[in-house]
Amino acid sequence: MGEDMNDSAHRRGAGRKSEPRVGLFVTCLVDVIRPTVGFAAVKLLEDAGCRVVVPSQTCCGQPAYNAGDRLSAKALARQAIGAFEGCDYVVVPSGSCGGMLARHYPALFADEPEEAVKAERFAEKTHELTSFLVDVLGVTKVDARFSGTVAYHDSCAGLRELGVKAQPRRLLQSVDGLSLVELKEAETCCGFGGLFAVKYGEISNAIVSRKAEDIKNARADTVLAGDMGCLMNMVGKLQREGSPVRARHVAEVLAGMAEGPSIGESQKEPAR
Amino acid sequence: MSAVSTASRFKENAHAALIDARLQGALSFSRNFTVRRSAAAERLPEFEALRDSARAIKDHTLAHLDLYLEAYERKVRESGGEVHYAQDADEARRIVVGLCRSFGAKSVAKGKSMVAEEIGLNEALEAAGIEPVETDLGEYAIQLRGERPSHIIAPAIHLTKRDIESDFRRAHRDLPPDRDLSEPEKLLAEARAVLRAKFLAADVGITGANFLVAETGTSIIVTNEGNGDLTQILPRAHIVVASIEKIVPTLEDAAQLLRVLSRSATGQDMSVYTTFSTGPRRADDPDGPGAYHVVVIDNGRSAMLGGAFEDMLRCIRCGACMNHCPVYQALGGHAYGWVYPGPMGAVLTPSLIGVKEGGQLPNASTFCGRCEEVCPVRIPLPKMMRHWREREFERHLSPAPFRYGLGFWAFFATRPALYRFSTGLAARALHLMGRSKGRLSWLPLATGWTRWRDLAAPERTTFQSRWRAKSGATR
Repeated sequence: MGEDMNDSAHRRGAGRKSEPRVGLFVTCLVDVIRPTVGFAAVKLLEDAGCRVVVPSQTCCGQPAYNAGDRLSAKALARQAIGAFEGCDYVVVPSGSCGGMLARHYPALFADEPEEAVKAERFAEKTHELTSFLVDVLGVTKVDARFSGTVAYHDSCAGLRELGVKAQPRRLLQSVDGLSLVELKEAETCCGFGGLFAVKYGEISNAIVSRKAEDIKNARADTVLAGDMGCLMNMVGKLQREGSPVRARHVAEVLAGMAEGPSIGESQKEPAR
Repeated sequence: MSAVSTASRFKENAHAALIDARLQGALSFSRNFTVRRSAAAERLPEFEALRDSARAIKDHTLAHLDLYLEAYERKVRESGGEVHYAQDADEARRIVVGLCRSFGAKSVAKGKSMVAEEIGLNEALEAAGIEPVETDLGEYAIQLRGERPSHIIAPAIHLTKRDIESDFRRAHRDLPPDRDLSEPEKLLAEARAVLRAKFLAADVGITGANFLVAETGTSIIVTNEGNGDLTQILPRAHIVVASIEKIVPTLEDAAQLLRVLSRSATGQDMSVYTTFSTGPRRADDPDGPGAYHVVVIDNGRSAMLGGAFEDMLRCIRCGACMNHCPVYQALGGHAYGWVYPGPMGAVLTPSLIGVKEGGQLPNASTFCGRCEEVCPVRIPLPKMMRHWREREFERHLSPAPFRYGLGFWAFFATRPALYRFSTGLAARALHLMGRSKGRLSWLPLATGWTRWRDLAAPERTTFQSRWRAKSGATR
């Protein structure tokens, strides 16, 4: 694993023994679509005194798990568990992938006692990013500025499987210049559901249309969430409808890395 | 055979529901339930603890179901009633029609019953020349339309006041055209006037049961209109149709379950009527039926005991899962194509009529988990829907392109180096395709997405490649 475990503390010339060694499970959507979120997570973790490593990784296996393909899901779970063996913590900028790692891996190996023990241990050290910062590290504020009105959408798995609700809001309240408004139905699903959004596109569209209405009614200029899947779904609908509301991962805003184009916007597009 | 199913055409049904503007307007009402339920739960500090004990009561009963069924049967006999067991829908219909005939019934008053829908009872009664009259207002309205319930506790939730008014005007021939039916109360008064005569004419009353109490041989129904009481008290005979998992050991257990039932269903602390029936009329009773029969129906449930879907038998039919389901909220209940809609229907339908017919339903969920969050008996509904997906996958019932696509993806995802290389290429390609706007409005193989929404384009290179380049440079 050595060559994959490129760590950030090394780059910073730090390396105190007390720094927890945090493995960033970056998630496939952040990896491929929005690397900025990964770097924002690294910054937040480093600012909180962590040493961040990024073991070689692919996907948590949730698409296979939810499609009924247990064998592929198990193969990917074993791969992830092995890759993060040397880490004190595994931190995920996603409630959905975080839920897969922390809740569903143990269930996946329920019939294999030896593997189940490993999965349990892995699950115990796994946390969604904002809840790790607040609940584990005791972070209460961040050093960031963002001028605008934002609404935070509670992603289903983060909310219901991992109890992510107050943590991102608490940190957002410490962001300079940011004003936070609540959606009327913040806890209602956006209709993404992974492959559901493609397999049942028409139903998914009906659900996300309602979500888009809720977002527009809240009069926020940016919608935030802790999951790229939900964000791409919500902003994809808003953009198709011609709405100017933007979308960003909550980590970008908390890390003060929300300068670049928002999700689904290009560098060239003039700021609206 | 059970009620006719169109569950295998779920996608087409869903499309029809989504383009039906009238239906979409009517459905917005169902969202009131969620607000009421959470207010009711908040008013009761011990609500969460009650949910735990409700689950424990049902689990205990299911573990000893045979004993409690026997005890229940004994108690019904002792109180002068009779218990009949029906293995499947055919047998259940035969027994009920046979009983009705033995009472010389020409007309039957019916209280709301989902299991009666499941076994196709109205059709069987009609075929035998017996007129079934639904007496629940919603059920009555949809009976006039020849429709099925679209919700297990609010059968006509897919209709508006105006729909019901026009049905009444069509069906009630002597209704003066200038009669004002614009308010729900006026519709209710009209239905009540028509139904009162039907109650008095009915030879037999058929109800379902929310609970069958083993301790006393009692059947319990909860209603808000009082129609259930008239159904079981006025006619000469009362027939209860109920599935085997309705059994609870004691009255105390039933009382505990009642405390979570209405709160979860409509947000009421108690339904308006909670009616207990034990046997036929006794000598000193002022009223009641001369005969009391219970038809206990299995129809596939005993096969669920001890298996992956046993937890589903805890269901007390409150409807909270569908009220809170984003898919149900978007489509209403008819799209599900059989008797039980929403998350509980998505688990139950394949169990009862087969995964080949009902297999789409457990797939049509975002797994948002809200159903499990509100289920009064804590049924892990998403987990069970996933179980069904696993069975389909194992039996190669899921669509071939879907299976191949998943296999193709898994091949890459289990090979990290190859995965990094190919996702790097894909990121670059998609970045180029979306370069002018930062998003794509069309992508082959993902049209299920891009037909309805834009797709954010990648930032160009993957996180892993950038991270490696960065950390490599400083080493």
